[in-house]
Amino acid sequence: METLITILTGILVTVATYLILTRSVLKVILGTAILSHAAHLMIMTMGKGLKSGSVPVLVDGQETTFVDPLPQALILTSIVISFAVTAILLVLAYRTYRETGTDNLYELRGNKHE
Amino acid sequence: MSNLIVLPMAVPVLAGIILVFFRNQVQIQRWISLIVMLANAGLAIYLLNLIQAEGVMRLDFGGWEPPFGILFVADSFSVILVLTTSVVAAVCLLYAFSSIGKRYENMFFYSFVNFLVAGVNGSFLTGDLFNLYVCFEIMLLASYVLIALGGKKAQLRESIKYVLVNVISSWFFLIAIAYLYGSIGTLNMAHISERIAETGQAPLLTVISIVFLTVFGLKAGLLLYFWLPGSYSVAPTAVAALFGGLLTKVGIYAMIRVFTLFFYHEPSISHSLIGVMAALTLIGGSIGAVAYKDIRLIVSYNVVIAVGFILVGLAVATPAALEGSIYYLMHDMIVKTLLFLLAGTMIAVTGKTKINEMSGLIRNYPLLGWMFFIVMLSLAGIPPFSGFIGKVLVGQGTVEAGSYVLLTLAFISSIFVLYSLLRIFLGCFWGETIISIEDKVPMKRGWLFPSILLTFATIGLGLGAEFLAPYVSDAANTLLDPEVYIDAVLYE
Amino acid sequence: MRTNNVILRAVVKLVVFIILTLAVYLFLSGHHSPGGGFIGGLVLASAFVLLFIAFDIETVRHAIPFDFKKVAALGAFISVSTGFASLVFGEAFLTQAFDYFELPFFGKTELSTVTIFESGVALVVVGVVVTIILSIVEDV
Repeated sequence: METLITILTGILVTVATYLILTRSVLKVILGTAILSHAAHLMIMTMGKGLKSGSVPVLVDGQETTFVDPLPQALILTSIVISFAVTAILLVLAYRTYRETGTDNLYELRGNKHE
Repeated sequence: MSNLIVLPMAVPVLAGIILVFFRNQVQIQRWISLIVMLANAGLAIYLLNLIQAEGVMRLDFGGWEPPFGILFVADSFSVILVLTTSVVAAVCLLYAFSSIGKRYENMFFYSFVNFLVAGVNGSFLTGDLFNLYVCFEIMLLASYVLIALGGKKAQLRESIKYVLVNVISSWFFLIAIAYLYGSIGTLNMAHISERIAETGQAPLLTVISIVFLTVFGLKAGLLLYFWLPGSYSVAPTAVAALFGGLLTKVGIYAMIRVFTLFFYHEPSISHSLIGVMAALTLIGGSIGAVAYKDIRLIVSYNVVIAVGFILVGLAVATPAALEGSIYYLMHDMIVKTLLFLLAGTMIAVTGKTKINEMSGLIRNYPLLGWMFFIVMLSLAGIPPFSGFIGKVLVGQGTVEAGSYVLLTLAFISSIFVLYSLLRIFLGCFWGETIISIEDKVPMKRGWLFPSILLTFATIGLGLGAEFLAPYVSDAANTLLDPEVYIDAVLYE
Repeated sequence: MRTNNVILRAVVKLVVFIILTLAVYLFLSGHHSPGGGFIGGLVLASAFVLLFIAFDIETVRHAIPFDFKKVAALGAFISVSTGFASLVFGEAFLTQAFDYFELPFFGKTELSTVTIFESGVALVVVGVVVTIILSIVEDV
């Protein structure tokens, strides 16, 4: 299971890298979103084994073996943060598009000695 | 347990939220923000003295004992930086009152400054690695908004690059935390330190330390500073000064903390790498500082040189060098803010940004000119100003450690700093005046007063080094002896 | 732009109430089982977004006359205040308390200050999401 998820993380990172290296701002933003998902999967695999126990939620106060709950808390926090960052990036990209009339990063380079 | 140490972060957050409700009452926004910063400064002084008496303090959030809960830890190093942050932020606010304009003030400018300060203070005080990431993100989110606020073409263009670079580096941070958690099984900073000391720093951990180095290198502008000059030079003056004074310094703090508390077992690999990166940063920053004619870019490259200089102290990691780094960090936060404010004021009064377009400003604005002269001397490390003591101690440390290459580069870079600023001074302040008496833009008192305050601060920091010495040496001792930190967090 | 979207409007009128119920359920179940303020808030926000899609912005604005920026700020204020409240009782920052009460209709119920904190989080999420959607939509 861990191996599978690690490979999946690798694929996600590949996709994200490809998207981030494109010139369209929107694709770059999608790339950062996918990148953050890759990081979340990575954190999850770093717990004490993915299938070592049940859900870390109290049911009748009985459960004795459950998976490491800390990575899940970290992921939740990190999802909230990446949600906020993606939102800001989208608004920023939209404003930039309105102002400069382009979503091509190559044209957004700007004149160095402006 | 002392609830006091959460206040430097919690109060600005609360203030930032309350300010949203006073969107149109600008006066109320100004006063609340200023009072919060001043209160933080006072609190930091009180905490600093308390720490000297009682040792390192900690606060477990919600009463969850370490290593399970998240916590704040205040040692001298953190609190010194919190104090400097509060002073710098208060001065930038004073400058913003008369320069930033109503458009910004109605767009929640003061709220975001408060959030930025909250993130910075939180990063300094936290005792949990993931919490450090969260505080970094709070600070960065606020900075994304502040850099883009105003919505000029150049600002938006640069802010997209700035945000993307920081998103990628935050991703590396997250991955590094995941690796560390996977191999050590804890995120409490003291607990990590203890476990690494128990099991020894295996090669895997050294690799993880390099990932951390990359992350903080991007945030602090150590070698990976390519994003810095562009984004710092487009923001309005008050924001640029705040960024120049605070943002890179948080990266430097995190790097010093991580490499003195966790990864201090393999200095031949990690610390040598820091040394090489610092050396390259000094070289690159020096070239950048003399290559451009745009004042804002020259000033931004001066930030880069300072990052290299401070981390030379970490690379050699002798007691004297670390003390020097701490002194220089304080000095640099204050003086870089002052430098950005003065450069911004020069641009505001002339309407030009390049050296060869200005001339003879000292005739029109003598006070501005002489303050610039003082900053220049202070940055070059000439006594009695504040840069001197830091440079001497870092120099002494490199001699003790026998790294003469770093020593040479560090001091040659000082000459480049002096040259780049002297170029501005000679080009812009001397010579024939270009501004006739009729066209002269009146200097606002609100532009000069904050700069005067910081000029006194740099003189005071230089003359009062003796007075600060016990606090700084306590900070350096805590950094050099992780046991002190671990005992305070885990065994009290 | 006027398009004939009778079906969408008819469905939305019905579905919004189901979504709102789900949001409240998720919010309240968050204490011991999956759910909570963030998820509840997101579902709640999705109800608002659906309304904005089905009806034009002015109508919805008229029916729900909140400034969503202030909703977000109010939520954040509530959340942070629960942290400060523990200072008043001399406990560590963010300490939460809970107890069991005999309520007339629900019987023995566990009430906790975490719920106040979570309601703040939910308000922040609703406020931020709707603000973002509106700020993009407004100047199209």
